[in-house]
Amino acid sequence: MLDAAFFRRWMTATAASVDREAERLTALDSPIGDADHGSNLQRGFTAVAAAVKKEDPQTPGAVLTLAGRQLISTVGGASGPLYGTLLRRTGKALGDAGEVSETQFAEALRAGVDAVMTLGGAAPGDKTMIDALVPAVDALGDGFVAARAAAEEGALATTPLQARKGRASYLGERSIGHQDPGATSSALLIAGLAEAVDE
Amino acid sequence: MSDDKGKQLVGIVLVSHSAQVAASVAELAQGLAGGGTAVPVAPAGGTEGGELGTSAELIAAAAASVDRGAGVAVLTDLGSAVLTVKALLAEGDELPDNTHLVDAPFVEGAVAAVVTASTGADLAAVEAAAAEAYTYRKV
Repeated sequence: MLDAAFFRRWMTATAASVDREAERLTALDSPIGDADHGSNLQRGFTAVAAAVKKEDPQTPGAVLTLAGRQLISTVGGASGPLYGTLLRRTGKALGDAGEVSETQFAEALRAGVDAVMTLGGAAPGDKTMIDALVPAVDALGDGFVAARAAAEEGALATTPLQARKGRASYLGERSIGHQDPGATSSALLIAGLAEAVDE
Repeated sequence: MSDDKGKQLVGIVLVSHSAQVAASVAELAQGLAGGGTAVPVAPAGGTEGGELGTSAELIAAAAASVDRGAGVAVLTDLGSAVLTVKALLAEGDELPDNTHLVDAPFVEGAVAAVVTASTGADLAAVEAAAAEAYTYRKV
């Protein structure tokens, strides 16, 4: 079973990896975006880690809704409302339970990913965060390590795609050949799950 | 109070990635609305730090500042501006009751919205006028 402490560790681990990888995310966002993905997410997840520590939410759902709210208000770019909606909707789906099973979490995360697809209008293959998140959710039944591998593979697989959503879509064919920064940061988020278990 | 409702004006919020764009479009729309009733219009441009981007806090503050009880029409430019407003609306308690994201071109829609709101029109009419700006072809 996964308790609030697990979800707090997930957010802390993600904040640490986003912090570590911020420059790489911004470098990926430089040729096809506006070169702020790393710094934007760094600001957002720093706020998440601080809020989770300060407010000490006591249920899995409360941890994720708090984290999502922080991302919406602090990121400043499209990744804020997108990741914010992902975590908030996942948190809402978990309800008030003090502990949730991995199966319940997988179902809730799928609801969160569905909400992101509705909000941004992106589908798999559009070269967005969805290309990492959907394979990750599909693999969650086999555990967090499998989900991490699926997300990383999904992120890598965005390289040959042509962007159909967001700022990169204006570049048309010139977006081909670059790994999508949003899918890359989504892989970091999913990797945080395995780290939260290890601790 | 409810008797006065017909006299309350719809508020307009203009969300852009740029503080200057939001402020200038607000000025343009109010200028073109003429000397009639002053419509509450608030720009919410850029991040709180003054950089290019979108701020949920600035949007929420702008919406609260123009709310006169007749509804608030929010017009946006692109990308995170659209997504942030949608995410705030989904939160339920971040924006005044009867706040709508209007599907309209930013500049033309803002002018149509402010002019229409200045006549005392309701939110649905303001929204319709702004959305209609999409159908005006230039060539």
